[in-house]
Amino acid sequence: MDLRYTDEELAFRDEVRAFLEEKLPEDIRQRMIDGEHGRKEDLVKWSRILNEKGWAVPHWPVEYGGTGWDPMKQYIFLEETQKWPAPQPLAFGVNMVGPVIYTFGNEAQKERFLPRIANLDDWWCQGFSEPGAGSDLASLKTKAVREGDHYVVNGQKTWTTLAQHADWIFCLVRTSTEGKKQEGISFLLIDMTTPGIEVRPIVTMDGGREINEVFLIDVKVPVENLVGEENKGWDYAKFLLGNERTNIARIGLSKQRVARIRELSKLEMSGGRPLWEDERFREKLVSIEIDLKALEMTQLRVVAADAKRGNTGKPDPASSILKIKGSQIQQETTHLLMQVMGPWAMPYQGETDEGWNEPPIGPGYGAHAAPAYFNNRKVSIYGGSNEIQKNIIAKAVLGL
Amino acid sequence: MDFDLSEEQTMLKDSLERLLADRYGFEQRNRHLASPEGWSADMWGQYAEMGLMALPFAEEDGGLGGGPVETMIVMEALGKSLALEPYWPTVVVGGGFVAAGGSTEQKAEIIPLVAEGSLKLAFAQVEKNSRYDLHHVETTARRNGSGYVLSGAKGVVIGGDSADRLIVTARTAGDTRDEAGIGVFVVDAKAEGVSRRGYAMQDGQRAAEITFENVNVPADAVLGDPEGGLPLVRAVVDRAIAALCAEAVGVMGEMHAQTVDYLKVRKQFGVAIGQFQSLQHMAVDMFVAHEQARSIVHYATMMAASEDATERRRAIHAAKAEVGRDGRLVGENAIQLHGGVGMTMEYAVGHYFKRMTMIDLTFGDHDHHLRALAAEGGLFQD
Repeated sequence: MDLRYTDEELAFRDEVRAFLEEKLPEDIRQRMIDGEHGRKEDLVKWSRILNEKGWAVPHWPVEYGGTGWDPMKQYIFLEETQKWPAPQPLAFGVNMVGPVIYTFGNEAQKERFLPRIANLDDWWCQGFSEPGAGSDLASLKTKAVREGDHYVVNGQKTWTTLAQHADWIFCLVRTSTEGKKQEGISFLLIDMTTPGIEVRPIVTMDGGREINEVFLIDVKVPVENLVGEENKGWDYAKFLLGNERTNIARIGLSKQRVARIRELSKLEMSGGRPLWEDERFREKLVSIEIDLKALEMTQLRVVAADAKRGNTGKPDPASSILKIKGSQIQQETTHLLMQVMGPWAMPYQGETDEGWNEPPIGPGYGAHAAPAYFNNRKVSIYGGSNEIQKNIIAKAVLGL
Repeated sequence: MDFDLSEEQTMLKDSLERLLADRYGFEQRNRHLASPEGWSADMWGQYAEMGLMALPFAEEDGGLGGGPVETMIVMEALGKSLALEPYWPTVVVGGGFVAAGGSTEQKAEIIPLVAEGSLKLAFAQVEKNSRYDLHHVETTARRNGSGYVLSGAKGVVIGGDSADRLIVTARTAGDTRDEAGIGVFVVDAKAEGVSRRGYAMQDGQRAAEITFENVNVPADAVLGDPEGGLPLVRAVVDRAIAALCAEAVGVMGEMHAQTVDYLKVRKQFGVAIGQFQSLQHMAVDMFVAHEQARSIVHYATMMAASEDATERRRAIHAAKAEVGRDGRLVGENAIQLHGGVGMTMEYAVGHYFKRMTMIDLTFGDHDHHLRALAAEGGLFQD
């Protein structure tokens, strides 16, 4: 047991920091600090800077553009970029459909899609959830019927994050109603410009416009856009959801938010002194910090085991823990940051994903505190709600 | 970064767990508990034979040169079996004092005896009004010629009823709550003027109330600086807390395992109660808490040997607070999920719950360490 970073890892961390310092445009960084996430042009710009360096898809196999870093270096890279903070890569491309394509796709699909994902030439979105298929995802009804060299797709997807920017959507569709419901699902790649697709925004309670409904009416999808085998889509979806174990806890993001809470609590006053001096506040913060430290060690246990024994690709119960605790901590930090701002969290000052062109109300830096709190309620819901994660642990680990 | 145990460490873990599995079942433990001493002299001998008593001491002092990781392994295994023997007060705490603060002569005199299992130690620190403050010392050590005269009263001295020698904090200068002016003394438990009242704690482990009435000790009874002992106390207690947290991980793991087993066999409404989702989720909450506790114990174990006292103390505060919180959740859920049978003295899980609860109250509970860490500015100070 040796829980120190090696000299090589420390040197690598410094290299990442130096790269961030030199290459990340200051205006983008400032928007990240202010909690104004989600500008498309920021993410595209940053993704291309990363790709030029060869760091856009570190975790992919080297032959498809990966860096060959071991899981520990991948983790260090993620943590440093999140703490800086830099925009996070578009997960739907680099973490979700990319690995599915290079694992289960054919050569033509790999050649066609992978380089464009790495350079964010194609903006991907995820077509899994439906109005009637949330936690019970396998009950999805969007139907794809084979007609010659096309599938004809009809149905509705929902909660589709950033579909308004998307060039492509990867969809789970029903290709068979025989047997178990999991056995009739296929994984299709669909061009968003295909006739019959309509995207309608869903405004979230924070005022944000990041999620959408996607309607598909007689959408013709070439058979060549089927990934792997027909009716095996559920396996690919499970791979996709279980594949993520380095970043699922968002340790770096929570560390960045903790740093922000510390910084702002020294500027904001309470009882005639900085809020930082308030014992009750400080104990709340420290309680979160302790939990975050424990989770960081849990994350490192998973990463170190992967580095030593190789990521087996199997869904790991540990990733369920990381999801549950990681989401709880993200939610605690957004709540505390809002409390730090106090009354100055109250004025509505635009959405988190668009600028505010009027003079700030109050100190300005609190504008996104409440929307971020509201918005982060999602993190214990998406990607398999925390209750679903508990079901998974109960079954897979505890054998209940 | 590597969380795996070395081959030797794995052997240590396996052989101790095997010994305890063979010799320390719940029924056997009950017999030890009911004996006059409240623990097993035979097991004590077995531990010594395995080298556990010598484990953490440097080879040049007559030990086996183990570090915090070896102590973690031993303590977790002892926790898993709810071992009653005073290993922690003697080897980790008492031995820790001598190893860290003793002169060459003091080490040469005491450590070999501890290492062979023939000398037991206990740390007499708690006083009527001290609560968890290590610097709150009313017991006095008055200079008398070249030696000292100790007077005062210490409470809840864990392992104090059977200890051969006591490690005692006493004030050599200054006021009750001054950080300076504290000395650490090694006192023979049978010295004239020492009186003890031994008793069982809630978890069955033994402790004592000890009074010192004009107890004469020689100059060489002092460990280190007679007026500057507090840093030594803090360093030893920090390492002792890391060890205690490792024990807690063993206790929690066992409570969790027993609870999951119970959920699979207990039937109500015609099915195993583990099929009910509300109970499954409580069991998962226990699992998550136990893993989080294990993680923070890795961190505390790594930091326990740190020479940077500030950094070390922050890590220990964090670990004790986290383990206190996790342990309470695991323990309370374990009892709740067992239902009525979990309430009974004859069933094991309640005994684990009691040990877990006593661990939280030893050297500062969750609230104490949370407050202390907050006062020091928290963990993520960049």
